[in-house]
Amino acid sequence: MIKSNCIYRFTATPEGLVVSVGGEIDHHSASAMRRDVDNIIWNRTPTHLILDMSGVEFMDSSGLGFIMGRYALMREIGGNLSLRNPSEPVMKMLTMTGFDKKVKIMTTVLK
Amino acid sequence: MKDKKLSGRPKLSPICNEMKLDFPSHSRNEAFARAAAGAFIASLDPTASELSDIKCALSEAVTNCTVHAYPDKIGMIRLEIKLREDGTVMLTVKDKGVGIPDIAKAREPLFTTDAAGERSGMGFTVMEGFSDSVKIRSVPGKGTSVTLIRRLQGKSSS
Repeated sequence: MIKSNCIYRFTATPEGLVVSVGGEIDHHSASAMRRDVDNIIWNRTPTHLILDMSGVEFMDSSGLGFIMGRYALMREIGGNLSLRNPSEPVMKMLTMTGFDKKVKIMTTVLK
Repeated sequence: MKDKKLSGRPKLSPICNEMKLDFPSHSRNEAFARAAAGAFIASLDPTASELSDIKCALSEAVTNCTVHAYPDKIGMIRLEIKLREDGTVMLTVKDKGVGIPDIAKAREPLFTTDAAGERSGMGFTVMEGFSDSVKIRSVPGKGTSVTLIRRLQGKSSS
């Protein structure tokens, strides 16, 4: 069994379904995460999906593909998607490619 | 008659270290390539931001091999890294895969041949954004070579 270098967990909150992502998002890790997140979206059909990206240590353009794919899926089911507290590598990637203009970014104070 | 130097190329700084690494195009080796490159480049004392940029650009090049160069099989990828005394890092990622029929098209932002796989089409854009120079050579049916060059400023100037 080969471990993924990306970890993620789901939490139902009053704000919406939160997916907290940590570690490294690349093409390898994104494919498994995409499958699991899509399963839970189809099962629970949340109106708001929040991707908490505060724990992401590395992200390449596969992460952008993952975010935009979930953005499209949430719109398809009539919901919306936000990114919460993107870490520096995530924010750098979003601004460099202009994707920060396409998705809602929430910044909250971490306790 | 006076002697003239005909070469217009600037003299390159001497190479102070170099490495070669061959590995199969399993997607799990994307992280391995980044880690190996990071460990090797660390001797030039890059900043965390510089190292992160280089790893990201390299990850894009290796992922292109995994996804596009060898779409239906596992092939070999070669990573070569040369470090120059002036702090320049040169990374070359080579494959013997299907090649790129139209390099100019492939470099366009958002262009992808793998929309079903949710590729963002930003791979070369990211490589260009995080490198000083990106050189691509490709022969359809023979393979592709991508060279990423980044001059480090290092911690001493930050």
